[in-house]
Amino acid sequence: MTTDVLNDHDSHEGEHHDDHKMTGIKRWLYTTNHKDIGSMYLWFSFIMFLIGGALAMVIRAELFQPGLQIVEPDFFNQLTTVHGLIMVFGAIMPAFVGFANWMLPMMIGAPDMALPRLNNWSFWILPFAFAILIGSFFMESGAPNFGWTFYAPLSTTYSNGSTAFFVFAVHIMGISSIMGAINIVVTIMNMRAPGMTYMKMPLFVWTFFITAYLLIAVMPILAGVVTMLLTDTYFGTSFFDAAGGGDPVLFQHIFWFFGHPEVYIMILPAFGIVSTIIPAFSRKKLFGYSSMVYATASIAFLSFIVWAHHMFTTGMPLFGELFFMYCTMLIAVPTGVKVFNWMATMWRGSMTFETPMLFSIAFVILFTIGGFSGLMLALTPVDFQYHDTYFVVAHFHYVLVTGSLFSIFAGAYYWLPKWTGYMYNETLGKVHFWCSLISVNLLFFPMHFLGLAGMPRRIPDYALQFADFNKWVSIGGFAFGLSQLIFLVVVIKCIRGGEKAPAKPWEGAEGLEWTVASPAPYHTFTTPPKID
Amino acid sequence: MKQDMEKETEQNVQQKNSKVIKKLMLIVFGMFGFGFALVPLYDVFCDITGLNGKTNDVAAVYSAGDIDTSRTITVQFITRTAKGIPWQFNPVINEVKVHPGEMKFVKFYAKNESDRDIVGQAVPSVSPGLAAAYFQKIECFCFTQQPLQANEEIEMGLQFYVDLELPEEITTLTLSYTLYDITGKVDS
Ligand code: HEM
Ligand SMILES: [Cu+2]
Repeated sequence: MTTDVLNDHDSHEGEHHDDHKMTGIKRWLYTTNHKDIGSMYLWFSFIMFLIGGALAMVIRAELFQPGLQIVEPDFFNQLTTVHGLIMVFGAIMPAFVGFANWMLPMMIGAPDMALPRLNNWSFWILPFAFAILIGSFFMESGAPNFGWTFYAPLSTTYSNGSTAFFVFAVHIMGISSIMGAINIVVTIMNMRAPGMTYMKMPLFVWTFFITAYLLIAVMPILAGVVTMLLTDTYFGTSFFDAAGGGDPVLFQHIFWFFGHPEVYIMILPAFGIVSTIIPAFSRKKLFGYSSMVYATASIAFLSFIVWAHHMFTTGMPLFGELFFMYCTMLIAVPTGVKVFNWMATMWRGSMTFETPMLFSIAFVILFTIGGFSGLMLALTPVDFQYHDTYFVVAHFHYVLVTGSLFSIFAGAYYWLPKWTGYMYNETLGKVHFWCSLISVNLLFFPMHFLGLAGMPRRIPDYALQFADFNKWVSIGGFAFGLSQLIFLVVVIKCIRGGEKAPAKPWEGAEGLEWTVASPAPYHTFTTPPKID
Repeated sequence: MKQDMEKETEQNVQQKNSKVIKKLMLIVFGMFGFGFALVPLYDVFCDITGLNGKTNDVAAVYSAGDIDTSRTITVQFITRTAKGIPWQFNPVINEVKVHPGEMKFVKFYAKNESDRDIVGQAVPSVSPGLAAAYFQKIECFCFTQQPLQANEEIEMGLQFYVDLELPEEITTLTLSYTLYDITGKVDS
């Protein structure tokens, strides 16, 4: 792609970007600038990551040895529930929206997101949602204790009284996500620089485009199901109450009809980030670009017809079990296409191993392990054994932590020079990587065996034979938690200063974002670049 | 001149944007509605297929006719009281043998063991779920609410037959009743 950049940022007169001049807190409250909003999303998600991580540390401290030491079982349930909710809706998803805000306009040569004011709103309602969720720890009821999947009747008949706050918080998160997603779709459809056809868009843009559609399709379902929960709990309806003619299994169907696409919402953007970084450090073009686009689209489509693989043990008829088993295994095909394309991209490339690349390679390997355990869980007969054990916990932490989270780290290191104008400290970055890599595997790999041996998830105590493995898992957990403080140090140091970053600090990097200065000026591409 | 053009394209872009937004909002509201539509759809789907083990909640009509004496089906009864209802509740006999097409009458015993009046509601479910559509209740205490005064006891009847069309591979059915306290809901 050759580009002709005319985006000299002083060359536009008569524009009225008043937000530019504001200072202090007002700048952040009123800003409609995609870079400001992107930064806020990223910081927000990092803070949530630390809070959710702190909850996990308490969980692992309790599980360090058998018996009950630190917390009451009910509080333990609150910890696992809020940990899950914060990590999914507060850490992973906002981080990706942060990337979208920062990078999408620059990658498609647009001056900003299409709907800047909406953008401001979708960010600023988020802190309220999480204030409510986290605040419920300090209320009389206590925080939600029914699991991040909030199955009825745990969240209705047997709720500890936190359901209303929980529903309210989820509604706000949902509205924020929907507004963010609408913004992404409109931006990509209408703001591309002339000449950038759909099939010329970077794969990063494609994955966010498809993810945004998934969000628009399933977040309303989530809003619907929590609304039903609310009326069941407080207004006497019986959607999920068998006594009134409802069916609790229906809850699981509706929830997972949202829930499975949701897990792909958390991984497709990761695919986009990794597909940007691996070619850059292999100094080759991404292998099989168009097959990547189609694979992403087919994963998104298939994600709508596999939801009941979370429900194999609810007493489905044989036909249903077979149907959902085969559909689930089908997803492995486009996912495999992606993994092979990444490997083919690296094949015979002149590779270097800076921190973004290290995280990306770890992503490819460890995400694949998570995919394999997913395939095992997809086999109905064996899922009867694995369901609700630590094997499932191991599975989704491999895809979410060493998958989604590692891609976020990779992307952060990759674009930090563009964001701050300085190079991060490569040595510290590598220390962060190796500490994370070792501790994360110590943390999650033994969970596979614990699950196979029958240790149930979401229980604060366990049988003696699981003691040794749990001790190691907890040690891995503490080490992983501490390692993330290294990342915080790297980022702060990089913002403060360091070696000046050139416009394009990575030799093999491609894309419009590298044609503007580092740090990226407040306004970029006010005149669209030409692409041919 | 140049500014005019810019204005024009800006308007164009805004029109294009709002068109897309409108379409996307349509999806949003459509999917919100679809979430709720899943509730009746699920009921209909289960009604047709018997997927969730729900049995008929309107009395079936029995007409004496063929009885398939070549097959004998075991029908087991189990009962459960939901959390918070202080009743004793159990079947009088635990299982019966029945030929498809033959009518049977069995009894369930319930006693309110508390010193307040309570309205109970029994909710039936058949396992395996696919058999639910072939299990026909002619008369059942679960069709109505069951008020019991403090310490009152009662024997409640269930009259049923198993449909001739019951799939070959099914030889045992389990009918399970869960008893709920619905006093609060009845009052309001
Ligand atoms: C190769 C693709 C995948 C397959 C075949 C697969 C399959 C499964 C299956 C069958 C379960 C249910 C296990 C049970 O509860 O018994 C499950 C759970 C889960 N999966 Fe995956 N999965 C895949 C990829 C992913 C990805 C990419 C993510 C997210 C990034 C993910 C996140 C989850 C989560 C969060 C759960 C647990 C939900 C819960 O019960 O709390 N999976 N997976
Ligand atoms: Cu799933």
